[in-house]
Amino acid sequence: MTPSELKQLIESRLPGARAEVRDLTGGNDHFRIEVRWSGFVGQSLLDQHRLVQGACREHLGAAIHAIEIKTFPG
Amino acid sequence: MWTPDKIRETVAADKVVLFTKGSRYQPMCGFSAKAIGILERLTDQFTVVNIFDDPSIRPALVAFSNWPTTPQLFIQGELIGGSDIMEELAAQGDLRRRLEQAQVPLR
Repeated sequence: MTPSELKQLIESRLPGARAEVRDLTGGNDHFRIEVRWSGFVGQSLLDQHRLVQGACREHLGAAIHAIEIKTFPG
Repeated sequence: MWTPDKIRETVAADKVVLFTKGSRYQPMCGFSAKAIGILERLTDQFTVVNIFDDPSIRPALVAFSNWPTTPQLFIQGELIGGSDIMEELAAQGDLRRRLEQAQVPLR
């Protein structure tokens, strides 16, 4: 999975979100994902991360080995 | 054999429990190493469970917490999050406050 594929996936599943995805190792399986989304407003940090995990759930543990998430409400 | 109930008992038995890949002194994943380092700077009073010690730990943990990745930090039985959340909370001083609230001896 490429960073741009992952970015598109997250933005399609969190409508209106802006995602930045960086490949941490060059292997297309460890990513840092930064997401700004109005849907995070009022959600706990844990729940914000759950929303991002949910957006790429079927790839976690498969094409994606590890992700680091940073969320920005708004 | 680990079950979600055994995870529940484990995170209730100690105030601070961190599930990692690899041991406290030989973490086998960068995120686990980061999580251990963040805790080490705040306290030495935490329990580490290496998910590689038994193949049944990881599925039991994921079923219990509904959190897909490792590491996972629990304070007083409550899931706090992974290394990215720990880093963010530590930077804000919130992780120290959570440990203080749980009356964990700090460094």
